[in-house]
Amino acid sequence: MSMDIITRFLEKNGLIFAFLMVGVIMYSSTVISNRLTNKKIPASAIAIISGLVLAYIGGVYSGGEKGIADLKIFSGFGLMGGSMFRDFAIVSTGMGASFLVMRQTGWVGALSLFLGIVLSFLGGVAVALLWGYTDAISLTTIGAGACTYIVGPVTGAAIGASSDVIALSIAAGVVKAVFVTIGTPFVARYIGLNNPHTAMIYGGLMGTTSGVSAGLAATDPKLVPYGALTATFYTGLGCLACPSVLYLLMRLVTN
Amino acid sequence: MNNGLVDKPFYIIQYPLIVIHFLTCTGMIIYGVAILAFCYVTGQLIGELLGRLIGVDANVGGVGFAMLLLILLNDWFAKKGYTNKLTDNGIQFWSQMYIPIVVAMSAIQNVKVAVSSGVIALAAGIVPVLLCLAMIPLLAKLTKAKPVDEHGHYHPVS
Repeated sequence: MSMDIITRFLEKNGLIFAFLMVGVIMYSSTVISNRLTNKKIPASAIAIISGLVLAYIGGVYSGGEKGIADLKIFSGFGLMGGSMFRDFAIVSTGMGASFLVMRQTGWVGALSLFLGIVLSFLGGVAVALLWGYTDAISLTTIGAGACTYIVGPVTGAAIGASSDVIALSIAAGVVKAVFVTIGTPFVARYIGLNNPHTAMIYGGLMGTTSGVSAGLAATDPKLVPYGALTATFYTGLGCLACPSVLYLLMRLVTN
Repeated sequence: MNNGLVDKPFYIIQYPLIVIHFLTCTGMIIYGVAILAFCYVTGQLIGELLGRLIGVDANVGGVGFAMLLLILLNDWFAKKGYTNKLTDNGIQFWSQMYIPIVVAMSAIQNVKVAVSSGVIALAAGIVPVLLCLAMIPLLAKLTKAKPVDEHGHYHPVS
């Protein structure tokens, strides 16, 4: 009975409860980062990985698709971590960005966007080929899923892929987002990801907005606006290129 | 007795000064949030329209346009001298909230599918990332505008 009251209360005040929970996660991550890793692993990286672990637990426990937000008392995470708040916060990071740097490296961003979409697509196609897919529709859909988890289903629906291939393309896109999130802070020093110029290239090549924004946040928050600026064009351009030019290319190659 | 007559011209002269004073001194946090919201709405709308225009069912660069608009507005305000700490705080607050929001975002990802969807999804997600990561140093080197030697070699302190 009292349990029921608490559940309903927390559900009703979901967003505020999410603020409280995220605050606790941030604090414990800072303590862990300082005490256990001697600040070697940044607190934000630990916080983001704990978020992913929570998402996994939530998914297993509820059987839903929205991670921890599928548990009623944590439904506020859905609003706080949804695209509206995320994009609003990304835009606000533009305050600290230099327009001059963006203008100087703008063409690099465009180049890396083009390369990022083509390379990811071809990488996905190669994996699909290895696993025995040979038809142009499945190859294109899986390749599109390797771009982002939005490009995959949009492309699959446009060219008439089967639902299990579409599901596979979504899964590939989610794996990419999670992998970029976790991997970025660890590879950053090896690929020279410590300046706005490289961050813009990185955003264009990776493209997954959630992966790029979380990965850069864990690496160096100052780089977020530069990576986000190019990544934001990726999904749209991917949805444009995959079902059209790249699909035609696949049909030419498979015939 | 003549106060009314004396004061009137004084107010007329002072009026533009009051407006400038208002813009520079009476900042409010909500002004900053509203400026940010204006940039967000305008940019996202451009992104939606651009997506419709090129026939794609997705927002094309909405966040990017919004961010550029904010940077330009911020630049313009700074040039005109209309900067105010309180107003800026309304925007700074959200950029400080960025990482917590990203943490909440990672907590609502469909991680279960990513983990349990088999080796092909794992490979199709990871291989392209490795390919692109390998490209980054190459692209960065090829596109570097200024030679490194111009300012001497750069050695990070830490």
